[in-house]
Amino acid sequence: MKDFEYVAPKSVDEAVAVLARHNGTAKLLAGGTDLIVQLREHLRTADVVVDVKKIAELMELRVESDGRLWIGAGVPCYRIYGDERIARSHAGLVDAARIIGGWQIQSRASIGGNLCNASPAADSIPALIAENATCHIAGPNGRRTLAVAEFCTAPGKNALAAGELLVAIELPAAAPQAASAYERFIPRNEMDIAVVGAGSWVKLDPAGNTIAEARIGLGAVAPTPLFAAAASQFLAGKPATDESYAQAAELAQKIAKPITDMRGPAEYRTHLVGVLVKRTLATAAARALGK
Amino acid sequence: MSRKHHITTTINGETIEFLCEARQSLLEVLRDTLHLTGAKEGCNNGNCGACTVLLDGQPVDSCLVLAVEVQDAKIETVEGIAQCGHLHPVQQCFLEDAALQCGVCTPGFIVAAKALLDRNPNPTEREIRFDLSGNLCRCTAYDKIVRAVQDAAARLAAK
Repeated sequence: MKDFEYVAPKSVDEAVAVLARHNGTAKLLAGGTDLIVQLREHLRTADVVVDVKKIAELMELRVESDGRLWIGAGVPCYRIYGDERIARSHAGLVDAARIIGGWQIQSRASIGGNLCNASPAADSIPALIAENATCHIAGPNGRRTLAVAEFCTAPGKNALAAGELLVAIELPAAAPQAASAYERFIPRNEMDIAVVGAGSWVKLDPAGNTIAEARIGLGAVAPTPLFAAAASQFLAGKPATDESYAQAAELAQKIAKPITDMRGPAEYRTHLVGVLVKRTLATAAARALGK
Repeated sequence: MSRKHHITTTINGETIEFLCEARQSLLEVLRDTLHLTGAKEGCNNGNCGACTVLLDGQPVDSCLVLAVEVQDAKIETVEGIAQCGHLHPVQQCFLEDAALQCGVCTPGFIVAAKALLDRNPNPTEREIRFDLSGNLCRCTAYDKIVRAVQDAAARLAAK
């Protein structure tokens, strides 16, 4: 690996100043499970590596008094699934955090890093899209927010402008009678990259048999993770039945534009979208009823 | 000549100081600078787990940690697992159950398996396989490895 300068700023302002000073030659380090590999394999270069793990705000995992979940961009996966409150309130994200790499990777890899790396197959992103999560971004012009669904722009590319960094991801509070689920298909049991991933969030009406609102996120079927808008909107007001899930799954398949590669042919991936959307909707609905 | 960083950290309970370049991995420093050669370089990209060490109690691939990151950290390597010349039950069971062939993956498996049993003293086979999925065995001794971890769990429970 080519040598670089290592800096570990203590605040977001300091990090923004470092990024401004180095004009695109600085790279941000959270868990390092993508960046260190990319630097070693010369897929990316850096004159300066900026370790964000000394910035308290980026390492904070906080449930606000109103139930909103704040995940600092450097918080590693194991802290997410190790938190019983989050397992109850945002189960779909926990599903994803538990299967990003193995235990060694989860000890380091952050949800923020998984998002910034912008892989079309990233496990956390469909789960975050389903949960309607928001990015908090800081840069030379101050702070701004952006929906996670808008954050990835191409494989490996994200919406951060020069000099900006991701500070945190915010998830809305868990609503009554609402829950989420994430599943991916891989040909083995663990430690693999999604052939297809799907995240669903379902809110049921008070009686528990009609869907009030739903959101579906898809991974590995397009250059960026997708929000399946038509499929999600279709479900509002529909009975919480397998038939509704199957109809939504068909709508989700329509927006899937997968490629054929070593992980699977496009046709197979499109089929999997249907399977996983149905399954995650059913799981999310069951969880919403406390099952 | 690149600037060297002076790092102070705790390894297997002992305060250690070393000099490193920012580009050096923790694995490189453990093996080449500190001569702790238990952790192995397998893939050097976070897939195989042969370089597993505990960093502040969590298993990590030391090939994916920069040595400069471990200032003031607590690191445990396979060298620290045997106490006073006595193998840990996990090590003893790997030996007795012949849970290895070439042995390159073994230090990583031992560190991860001990961490697993510290966290979950009575794991199911499924939990063992899931939690050790970040460790690969080229010789595919997996069944014997799982059995060794189960035996170690039983031995620790009987203590």
